[in-house]
Amino acid sequence: MKIKKKFKEFIKYRQLFILSLPGVLFLFVFNYIPLYGLVLPFKDYKYDLGFWKSPWVGFNNFKFLFNNGAAWKITKNTLLINFCFIVALLVLGIGVALLINEVTKKYVKFYQTVIFFPYFLSWVVVSFILLSFLDMDKGYLNTILMKFGVSSKMWYNEPKYWPLILVISNTWKNLGYSAIIYYAGLIGINQEYYEAAELDGASGWQKIWNISIPLIRPIIVIMFLLSIGKIFYGNFDLFYNLTRDSSALYPTTDVIDTFVFRALRGSGDIGMASAAGTYQAVVGFVIVIIANFVVKKLSAEDSLF
Amino acid sequence: MNSNLKYKTDKVIKAKKSRKNNHILKNWWIHLIMLTYSLFCIIPLILVISESFSSDKAIAIKGFSLFPVGFTLNAYKTIFNRPDQIIHSYMITIIVTAIGTIIGVTFTSMLAYVISRKDYPLANKTSFYVFFTMLISGGMVPWYILISKTLGLNNTIYALIIPYLIIPWHVMLMRGFFSDIPTSLIESAKIDGASEYTIFFRIVAPITKSGLATIGLFTMLLFWNDYYLSLMFIENDNLVSLQFLLYRIMSNINFLNSALAIHSGVTSSAEIPTDSARMAMCVLAAGPMLFIFPFFQKYFTKGVTVGAVKG
Repeated sequence: MKIKKKFKEFIKYRQLFILSLPGVLFLFVFNYIPLYGLVLPFKDYKYDLGFWKSPWVGFNNFKFLFNNGAAWKITKNTLLINFCFIVALLVLGIGVALLINEVTKKYVKFYQTVIFFPYFLSWVVVSFILLSFLDMDKGYLNTILMKFGVSSKMWYNEPKYWPLILVISNTWKNLGYSAIIYYAGLIGINQEYYEAAELDGASGWQKIWNISIPLIRPIIVIMFLLSIGKIFYGNFDLFYNLTRDSSALYPTTDVIDTFVFRALRGSGDIGMASAAGTYQAVVGFVIVIIANFVVKKLSAEDSLF
Repeated sequence: MNSNLKYKTDKVIKAKKSRKNNHILKNWWIHLIMLTYSLFCIIPLILVISESFSSDKAIAIKGFSLFPVGFTLNAYKTIFNRPDQIIHSYMITIIVTAIGTIIGVTFTSMLAYVISRKDYPLANKTSFYVFFTMLISGGMVPWYILISKTLGLNNTIYALIIPYLIIPWHVMLMRGFFSDIPTSLIESAKIDGASEYTIFFRIVAPITKSGLATIGLFTMLLFWNDYYLSLMFIENDNLVSLQFLLYRIMSNINFLNSALAIHSGVTSSAEIPTDSARMAMCVLAAGPMLFIFPFFQKYFTKGVTVGAVKG
């Protein structure tokens, strides 16, 4: 009886179901079917045998990944650099938003357009720009260094500078985007709060700390949570392109995504690649759940689910 | 009482005045910071442009600089002498972007509309179905195997379009736009006997134009700037998109030389202005979009905001 009723209801809404069908099927094929990949590293995958016929190998692929130190290196790089990305975009984004919020409308438009500019460039183009700065013989940076009597450096062979270079590049490209998000929150604040605060003699800083920041807190929390959720996923385009895949830079710039890509397309080591992929998916999932749990504890209304 | 009120009003006026004064005082250092930051955004682009107008000899001696050294149009002349490769790449990118955006936005908004309909019995389930894909994925390896081996899309233009058709995040973003539509509008259309398809395509879609434009632009930017799919699935020289062309020039300068030399009939690659031509390619590939996208900035801002508030 109940099933019959449900079926009737379904018939009533079949047109909506059909509207959703292309998207649902697409996600099934491209997002749900690949989930079998989570158990792929437990197999010795052979292209010709396929998933079902390839033999099981237990934890061998993981042992290999964790024993040769690769796992530690790529985990450290992914977390460290991504964390710097997040903090830089958060702090500077709010800062720029507060600054834009202080100028008059006609300037806002100008600044918004200019600082949004780099966001539209692809990472390939950004890598061209970076090359023109860091090129060994002709790079802008070396030319300037030479003028100050500092000897030029082969930047693409010096891993120690690269976390900083990557953070600057990423911030340069995405700060405008980040700032506009927070600015959108700031213009939503009722001006009366500020007027009341002025009445009580609040200084500029007090207004920022006690009105602006607390009132855009939901946006800050959501943005932070979203980016922490993705902290285990490096932006492949960024890490692969800006470094020009220079092997000298792997110690500080190799992240899980570039590692998986090289294992898959370079050496064709499916076992290693899928082991790193599963490691990334599982830890990434746990991080999202924890981040959401923490937010829920702090302020339930800001959590994602 | 009266005097107290007057005192307060005085204070308000004073506060407003001081705020105005503050603005003038404060503004100069705010503008100073913002102008400096704006310069930081622009200068790198100028650097690339001026390199493309420099002569390679001058670059070899003086290095890259903010203004063209030994101003010349050689790089552009060499490229435009036989522009086959860059025109071909433009075609690939335009086809992929156009088809991908049209189909992608249609499917994305259809799905987003359905999960925004509160009366649809499966709305919550479907919503979670979409959301779940944002939490965990099978990773690059099975995805690669699926597209290249199982579906056999390697070295086809489909490999550049299909994988990006539905982005779960865009679905969630679009749902935010649709949830603003009053239920009564849909109800009354239903009473008039309109089918769900009519309601969606004739009534709902037209009034969420700005949402569609936002998603459309995000999707366009995604397709236009993508080289990842090419890197994964394309080895065929006939399917080199703009970004992939740039990537190949970057990773292997010989690729530029061969692309230009073969077509321009120059036998020795020494005659090709390498450094400047590389940057000229970059300008030609990235330039047009840089001028187009800022015009649609309003929609991006909107998308960013809706995403942040309703995400």
